[in-house]
Amino acid sequence: MMKNLINILGVILVTAILFGCENDDTMIMNDMVLLSGTYMQEDQMGRPAVNTVFVSSASKDMFNVTIPSEQGANYQSMFQTNLMALSPAYANEGDTNALGLDAATFTGVLATDVLNVSLDGPTTFYDGTNVLTGRNLTDDVITVELLLIFGGEDFSENPGLSDDHVDANDKPFSASFPYLASPW
Amino acid sequence: MKKLTRVFGIGVLALAGVFTIAADHIDAPSVQGGSSDITDFYAFQGANTDNMVFVANMQGLLSPESTGDAMFDESIMVEFNIDNNGDYIEDFVIRAVPKNGKMYVFGPMTPGQTGLSSTLYVKASENPLAVDITPYGNNAITASANGVSVFAGPRDDPFFMDFAQFTQIIGGNAKSFNNPGVDTFAGTNVMSIVVEVPKSMIGGTGTINTWVESKRKQ
Repeated sequence: MMKNLINILGVILVTAILFGCENDDTMIMNDMVLLSGTYMQEDQMGRPAVNTVFVSSASKDMFNVTIPSEQGANYQSMFQTNLMALSPAYANEGDTNALGLDAATFTGVLATDVLNVSLDGPTTFYDGTNVLTGRNLTDDVITVELLLIFGGEDFSENPGLSDDHVDANDKPFSASFPYLASPW
Repeated sequence: MKKLTRVFGIGVLALAGVFTIAADHIDAPSVQGGSSDITDFYAFQGANTDNMVFVANMQGLLSPESTGDAMFDESIMVEFNIDNNGDYIEDFVIRAVPKNGKMYVFGPMTPGQTGLSSTLYVKASENPLAVDITPYGNNAITASANGVSVFAGPRDDPFFMDFAQFTQIIGGNAKSFNNPGVDTFAGTNVMSIVVEVPKSMIGGTGTINTWVESKRKQ
């Protein structure tokens, strides 16, 4: 600890000497040094709405501090129970969603809450062709998830529950960095 | 429909009127409404298709009136995690920490340790990318170096959903969504961190698994 402190102070001193105590640089370096420390996890997120929909109330905080490599083993069964309660058709023998995944397989994918993202092509939650290759700002992720939960094998089941009919953002996105629309 | 009510009814009641809100807005008791509450996460190919863009949104449902007072919490690190070998353990991280009006962004880099705890030991050689946090009402302030671009500040919440009707359905007061629906998140803002990096810095090719974390300084 003391050694770290000495190292940090040494860095400041050296920086001050090297850069002739230029005020802005020194101030920024001091601010940077203040960032040093240990940070402990409180929240995490991969795919949209997964914790909200599939994790039971009493487990939501724990899910947020379970590392992804351990989420599948700890939560797949809870996810499957909650999915089948939501959408009872999954209990039928051989029932799948439009991805061809039955309740166990689908929740096996979802329980590890990460976004799968392609580095080689289009990135989208689902665009009619590509599935789970990223998440674009324009992707209607809630309708995709509702379809996969309620829509059955061909998206035709439970039409009243499988689309919230809000298909786009309330402000257009920018084609260039930082992409998100200015605040209201 | 009754089962639907039962599953969600528990969560809604437990929050005493504060609903659990998708996508990750107010998702769990410990973080809901606080400065570490992640509302949403996006990862998509940049306008330059050699780049990948990561977006973390925090502190959802800010009204325009309250957005000017909204601030990033200086005790909260936002960490983008990237696994590029399929074991769901981060191989690269991008860390963003605010201080005195600037957002300092470190990486992409290989983390010294993986998991729930992150230690940041800032040395002069780290050379993070610093960007002024864009004040409410200003045009977006961005900074770029070595192919990495960063932005931090208030933005329109890009998430859209008829969450109000969803709660009616799960509350047993409605049997279906309306057509057209109403975007519950229309007209609200979030605090955003946007980082664009060359794909070559995070594995170059193939499929990555990525997630975002908020971590509090101890």
